[in-house]
Amino acid sequence: MTSVAADTQNRLQLAPREQMNIVIVGHVDHGKSTLVGRLLADSGSLPDGKLEAVQALCKRQGKLFEYAFLLDALEAERDQGITIDSARCFFKTDERDYIIIDAPGHIEFLKNMISGAARAEAAILLIDANEGVRENSRRHGYVLSMLGIRQVTVAVNKMDLVDYDQAVFDRIEEEYRAFLAGCGLVPQRFVPISARQGDNIAEPSAHMRWYKGPTILESVDLFKKAPPREDKALRVPVQDVYKFNTRGDDRRIVAGRIESGRIKVGDRVVFSPSGKGSTVASVEVFNAPATESMQAPHCVGFTLTEQIFVERGEIASHVDSAPRVSTRFRANLFWLGRKPMQKGKSYKLKLTTKEVGVHIHELLNVIDASELDSSLDKDEVGRHDVADVILETRRPVAFDLTHEFEATGRFVIVDDYDVAGGGIIREVVSDSFEGARADARRRDFEWVGGDVSRDDRAARFGHRAALVLLTGGAGVGKALIARKLERALFDAGRVAYLLDGRNVLLGLDQDIATTMDSGELVRRYAEVAHLFLDAGHLVVSTTNTFALADHGTISTLVAPAPVVLVHIGDDPPHNADLVLPAQTDPEGCVTAIRAMLREQNLVVRPPEPR
Amino acid sequence: MDHLQQLEDQSVYILREAYKHFKSLCMLWSIGKDSTVLLWLARKAFFGHVPFPLVHIDTSYKIPEMIAYRDRLAREWSLRMVVGQNREALADGMNHTRGRLACCKALKTDALRHTLDGTWPRMVMNARGQYEPEDNPEPYTGVIVGARADEEGSRSKERYFSPRDHNSDWDVADQPPELWSQFKTDFAPGTHVRIHPLLDWTEINIWEYIERENMPIIDLYFDRGEGIRYRSLGCGPCTGNIRSTARTPTEIITELRVTTIAERAGRAQDQEDPHAMEKLRREGYM
Ligand SMILES: Nc1nc2c(ncn2[C@@H]2O[C@H](COP(=O)(O)OP(=O)(O)O)[C@@H](O)[C@H]2O)c(=O)[nH]1
Repeated sequence: MTSVAADTQNRLQLAPREQMNIVIVGHVDHGKSTLVGRLLADSGSLPDGKLEAVQALCKRQGKLFEYAFLLDALEAERDQGITIDSARCFFKTDERDYIIIDAPGHIEFLKNMISGAARAEAAILLIDANEGVRENSRRHGYVLSMLGIRQVTVAVNKMDLVDYDQAVFDRIEEEYRAFLAGCGLVPQRFVPISARQGDNIAEPSAHMRWYKGPTILESVDLFKKAPPREDKALRVPVQDVYKFNTRGDDRRIVAGRIESGRIKVGDRVVFSPSGKGSTVASVEVFNAPATESMQAPHCVGFTLTEQIFVERGEIASHVDSAPRVSTRFRANLFWLGRKPMQKGKSYKLKLTTKEVGVHIHELLNVIDASELDSSLDKDEVGRHDVADVILETRRPVAFDLTHEFEATGRFVIVDDYDVAGGGIIREVVSDSFEGARADARRRDFEWVGGDVSRDDRAARFGHRAALVLLTGGAGVGKALIARKLERALFDAGRVAYLLDGRNVLLGLDQDIATTMDSGELVRRYAEVAHLFLDAGHLVVSTTNTFALADHGTISTLVAPAPVVLVHIGDDPPHNADLVLPAQTDPEGCVTAIRAMLREQNLVVRPPEPR
Repeated sequence: MDHLQQLEDQSVYILREAYKHFKSLCMLWSIGKDSTVLLWLARKAFFGHVPFPLVHIDTSYKIPEMIAYRDRLAREWSLRMVVGQNREALADGMNHTRGRLACCKALKTDALRHTLDGTWPRMVMNARGQYEPEDNPEPYTGVIVGARADEEGSRSKERYFSPRDHNSDWDVADQPPELWSQFKTDFAPGTHVRIHPLLDWTEINIWEYIERENMPIIDLYFDRGEGIRYRSLGCGPCTGNIRSTARTPTEIITELRVTTIAERAGRAQDQEDPHAMEKLRREGYM
């Protein structure tokens, strides 16, 4: 249960009270634990007699009482009765209940601070009046801004040590305000306090008559709950698509969380980046009244009238307000990984529910987050650094700019198995496939599907459609591998087809074969591949005819079917899924490619017996 | 917005993330109120279905009504029920008189660890409602658990997705960051992830939700006419009841708002050693 408030009337009130998550951050020793202890004590949120008991204990042990001890005492006691502890504290005011997340008392790992702060709705940032603005004062300020926390109160603590001098306070305010402005953050207010002496915590301080603003407790009550996001444009990142097929349930439910806007039965929706369109047929709920619509920030499940293939990672929106789609964007990123983030290395990007390979396309600037103005002359992003980068993803992703839509405008980066960095998207950077993407979008939106869906085909074949592109210099043996791969897949009962670019030239391209408009050749090849892929095939192809740059166009036109890039020989492109040595053991290459198809979950199980 | 609805949405989101990312996923179900709420939330998340097995560790000392209740719900809700047990320790006569912590470790922690990694037999409920051994028990890589941060201190440091290493050990100080709704869903072979959809719920929230959803809950939590009820459920010998005449979730909520007694106060093993829970948890206890 939550902490026991002294206020007995409140206890009996059954109406749910408003709750708010706040985080308290700042440089070590600037007084975070002391302030938490104070907030618990001065808001009357401690169990009866607790404060006196700890004070008495200190006296007996001949120690000076510290408000921070309250946390330790509560932690030690939680098993006997009171469940306040230092990682999640609860305190109450007349206005609402507060949860202090990841409050101090533990080792100062920035990643813990970030995990806590990412869940907070508002923050108190502490600065020691005597020491002034320090490294972590700045770093934490930067991180708050990056995390999208817009409500920040800066408490200038230990005013007792500087004789409650307004000049000291004003100087710190001026300096720190300027720093935060550089991070794009405008704090709500600066409050001079003494956490230890209790000045401006619950009561206005008699020592600082010059300060006319609210106390700390008043200032947290002035934080506002975020305005509902239901009035903005619709964004539902697809989390999963369910078809349970058990107990007579054949609903195909698209599930996700509505990050903004409202979705209702009859809405025409489009899924980005695939550009597939459909209409909402129903909104599904369990043990709740039937409904025709649902709004942010709820989790939702809905069905569609046309059975289009959509998958996790796409963003559903209304047709006229779709998110952006690109393989490139400019972002601010902070790095927490043990190993630095390096150019030329591939990472995993997680943006809403999308997971995709990513690498640094251009490292514009690496900044020390505790200084901001000093840009480091580095070609990698080290632990706790902040960087201005252009990232490039392996496949197109749908996103928004962070200032337009928070949830779809930020991402994390996974290195090895852990989240190693996070960032916000500042602007979209055009890649060379915009034209192709627009064409594909138009095509897919109007696409007339049959009654046999991609899922149906995948279920029968035991694999999804994919284009396996073999690349590599002349004479590396890719044609032979391609033939053997088709054969091996076919023999295993797969629906596989070797699509040689030359065959498209011979027939479909007859009219332009002589003029050789290479853009058009690529387009036609990709559209042919797209038809095979729509029919559920594993299409195997070599690319003698096309340059590497055209692969992007092909990927764009055949999406959402993936292009699996297998490179034979030296100089693999950065986005190769598999690199194999030239002119060795073609059978071994075929085995390796098939293993990779299984690993990527493209080939899932044996085909259905017929 | 309504706080309970916010908690529900959050838990549903986490459950769907877990289901998407872990091929070998299970949910622990102790029959108690928290894990039963968790089970209900799974039905919410998956529109009436529970698409992963429920694992119950049977110490053989559970209050008998709990086992009957478990099997009844399992049939009614078409649950895939998996039961694990430390048969060796039981054959050897393990019980709480040999030390409560030793007993908990053998019958719960060890049984759980080996049931999860598939090294000890698992009993699975078949279509006729009887238990039979599972053929090739595979280790679970994702384990959904109903822990709440407010229960006791060591749980408050958990993340929503908390990695455990090969020995089910938990490195509290060095956990990966958890940003926005991006959880730890990538993990090294041999390790597994514990998933905590109820982390932000309090004991009162649990009862408020049971009340709101009008969902079934085992009646041991209510006074059945003798002026006593259980506040927390465990093994018969180590779970004390409390004096209370609360007969409905509403009455329990009212009671909780004025009590200053800890939820687990009736659980004898916690009293044996002040660091009992932390120790048990490090070793993999839920
Ligand atoms: N003089 C004075 N000392 C304070 C005040 N607030 C905190 N301190 C002291 O500063 C030290 C560090 O405080 P603590 O709360 O542990 O800092 P944390 O590391 O940010 O949690 C302790 O010795 C506190 O007693 C204050 O308002 N005035």
